[in-house]
Amino acid sequence: MSDKPVDKPKKDKVPRQAMPEQEPQVRARNFEEVPLGLSAESAVLEASRCLQCKKPSCVEGCPVNVQIPEFIKCMAEGDFLGGIRQIWQRNSLPAVCGRVCPQEAQCEGSCVLGKKDAPVAIGNLERFAADWARKGGTAELPPKAPPTGKKVAVVGAGPASLTVAGDLILRGHEVTMFEAFHRPGGVLVYGIPEFRLPKEIVFSEVNFLERLGVKLECNTVVGRSITVDELFEEGFDAIFVAVGAGLPKFLGIPGENYIGVYSANEYLTRSNLMKAYLFPKYDTPVVIGKQVVVLGGGNVAMDSARTALRLGADQVHIVYRRSRDEMPARAAEVHHAEEEGVKFQFLTAPTKFIADDKGRVTAMECQRMELGEPDASGRRRPVIIKGSEFILDCDLAVIAVGAGPNPLLTSSTPGIALNKWGYIDADPKTGKTALKGVWAGGDIVTGSATVILAMGAGRLAANSIHDYLMRGW
Amino acid sequence: MYEILNKEVLAQGTVVLNEISAPRIAGKAKPGQFVILKANETGERVPLTMADSDPKRGTITIIYQVVGKSTHMFADMPVGASYQDVIGPLGKATHLEKVGRVACVGGGTGVAVLHPITRGMKEAGNEVIAIIGARNKDLLILEDKMRAASHVLKVCTDDGSYGHHGFVTDVLKGYLTGPEKVDLVVGIGPVPMMKFLTKLTKEYGVKTMVSLNPIMVDGTGMCGCCRVTVGGKTQFACVDGPEFDGHTVDFDELTQRLAAYREDEAKSWARYKEECACRTR
Ligand SMILES: Cc1cc2nc3c(=O)[nH]c(=O)nc-3n(C[C@H](O)[C@H](O)[C@H](O)COP(=O)(O)OP(=O)(O)OC[C@H]3O[C@@H](n4cnc5c(N)ncnc54)[C@H](O)[C@@H]3O)c2cc1C
Ligand SMILES: Cc1cc2nc3c(=O)[nH]c(=O)nc-3n(C[C@H](O)[C@H](O)[C@H](O)COP(=O)(O)OP(=O)(O)OC[C@H]3O[C@@H](n4cnc5c(N)ncnc54)[C@H](O)[C@@H]3O)c2cc1C
Ligand code: SF4
Ligand code: FES
Repeated sequence: MSDKPVDKPKKDKVPRQAMPEQEPQVRARNFEEVPLGLSAESAVLEASRCLQCKKPSCVEGCPVNVQIPEFIKCMAEGDFLGGIRQIWQRNSLPAVCGRVCPQEAQCEGSCVLGKKDAPVAIGNLERFAADWARKGGTAELPPKAPPTGKKVAVVGAGPASLTVAGDLILRGHEVTMFEAFHRPGGVLVYGIPEFRLPKEIVFSEVNFLERLGVKLECNTVVGRSITVDELFEEGFDAIFVAVGAGLPKFLGIPGENYIGVYSANEYLTRSNLMKAYLFPKYDTPVVIGKQVVVLGGGNVAMDSARTALRLGADQVHIVYRRSRDEMPARAAEVHHAEEEGVKFQFLTAPTKFIADDKGRVTAMECQRMELGEPDASGRRRPVIIKGSEFILDCDLAVIAVGAGPNPLLTSSTPGIALNKWGYIDADPKTGKTALKGVWAGGDIVTGSATVILAMGAGRLAANSIHDYLMRGW
Repeated sequence: MYEILNKEVLAQGTVVLNEISAPRIAGKAKPGQFVILKANETGERVPLTMADSDPKRGTITIIYQVVGKSTHMFADMPVGASYQDVIGPLGKATHLEKVGRVACVGGGTGVAVLHPITRGMKEAGNEVIAIIGARNKDLLILEDKMRAASHVLKVCTDDGSYGHHGFVTDVLKGYLTGPEKVDLVVGIGPVPMMKFLTKLTKEYGVKTMVSLNPIMVDGTGMCGCCRVTVGGKTQFACVDGPEFDGHTVDFDELTQRLAAYREDEAKSWARYKEECACRTR
């Protein structure tokens, strides 16, 4: 022992501060938020882990390039107001992004500390700073430019639209947001469940915009209640369209219309937007499944599965046709789902639903798959194993295999160019569409993506709209 | 907020008419389109067809049958009260064109939905035969309006208390062959009536449009709740309809899907009755 070289005495390393969470068994039965938030002390400690890199790779990993080391420096010094101001320069919805961004694939995935150790918990710090500000840390409103007299219509009230509305109101334009649903927020409100993103947070972000002067007209389905052309006739100088990718995809297999087979959109809308989890206090009902299958492997599937548990399911199976590695969901969601007891059936595809004489689903027939030759994208394609059919009993099935573009607005807007899948063709640098004075961004351009990408698209479009309004197309 | 400017109670309190202030919708509404209404914060989204609209007054009119919790709650709202949310116009408008002779057949509250279509068919230059029915005389609605909207009006009651004793389909039969044969039938009413009616007109090969009323949530094509099978293909009634070629509709599936929440609906309704009883006590 004694002739072994002595280790250099190490500086006491601060470990990544764990986020306190509700216990899995407890939270799997309630709709309260799962992670509870960092304390001020652990936020400061966590921030102190940052190396303040000269060339911060985390910033490159962030789609809107939040000035991460600068904000974390403030946090480490206990200057939370300074921290949130740094974030606000690039990200107007930090309380949302801190909760739902796939940090492991973005900022945290690029953090140098992550090479040997755990990366800085950038998302948790962002969430902490935003929550601190919302809970009374500051009531300050950012300064507004003098009125320009220009009017902008923003269609949809999801993250892309909220970003555009916030950016343009600050630059002195008049902004009106038109939303089809009776509530603003887009997927943040109808899709992502309360236990992951409390709705109060989204409404407080919208309220912030309203305090800045943004007008909000809910219950307005553009394409039906009013068309894009009519918005111009009403005197709007520019229009931003971000209506999301809200068309549910079904599987096209027999029995899909049985009672108890839902699209994830319907299941989550009933539960989240309509608050069916509070039935009969709220009037909208939802099928309560005891044996639940959820089809798909993304965030939407995880949210559906975890909602079903909270609504009283005994068993929830996520059925996914590829393997674990290909699942597109955020790592944290898969982890949370597993902790809560959701079971996974990988390399499995449904073939049909089976029902009783009242048309209520009782089971799903599936097939096993194996990974075959790599396809054009390099991913090994799942192929059916012949004769591997088996039955999964279920009284509720939720189909979460993706979404497409809703043609309601686009089909009523002649001249707006679409790509072959029906999404709006927009310049990736500016959001300009083929129609003069009309911009588009978010999921209706890219297909289902992420909150932060929708916000990034909104930011680019806002810049371009501002240029147009002040200097011409 | 969408204020109730006018309220009428029809068919012995089983059907209610509301004229509601909704200027944006009134300016756009066309026959066959519907709105979605939500009474208050905890309410559900209820689809109802617009029975009329008046762009000048900025109002729309709905006529609904009082069946469960939501429609009872609507019926309890007095003039001057407001719906929290009204969304529309939704759905495709009826294709109104001159085809010749048209039979507009309505049962129960379906007559309310049928009325603007009947009027539109007449305005489009068609010869319009209207056939309306109800279980008995007291439940019949909009007789005068239907008479004005058509060239010939035939009335039926199941119990014979008024007009022809029997079903609307009995009377319709006379217009499916012979010199008075119609070129198109528009049939709107309870699902069993539409099912029976389309079976009959199919035998005679007369094209028939029906208006479907599956359960809905958003009414804009984003949830798929309203899916119906038409011609072997899944369609979303809120955006692809609500009118479809009746000969290709899977009515049995529609009937089953309409029963999806029967137990919950009963629970909701019982709870509401109890709450009302508490309030009046
Ligand atoms: C269940 C679920 C979970 C998700 N989880 C995550 C996650 O954890 N992290 C993440 O980054 N991303 C997640 N996403 C994806 C993310 O939410 C979306 O990419 C993002 O919300 C897209 O923003 P958007 O502004 O383009 O559209 P949306 O959020 O879809 O908003 C569009 C809005 O437009 C309205 N609208 C539609 N048509 C009309 C019309 N004709 N007239 C007026 N208004 C209209 C809609 O009602 C809606 O409010 C999730 C998505 C879902 C469905
Ligand atoms: C496009 C469309 C147009 C309609 N137009 C009219 C109309 O002009 N006049 C009229 O009286 N009725 C109309 N209906 C039916 C009306 O929506 C239902 O009667 C109403 O929702 C019943 O609600 P409730 O709570 O009072 O009764 P509940 O007890 O909740 O339901 C009674 C029955 O109504 C159906 N229903 C329940 N919830 C919904 C829902 N969200 N959407 C659709 N149906 C539902 C179900 O079959 C249920 O069994 C229409 C439906 C649709 C889809
Ligand atoms: S890469 Fe990591 S350590 Fe470097 S500045 Fe960013 S957060 Fe700090
Ligand atoms: S009601 Fe949701 S798609 Fe028709």
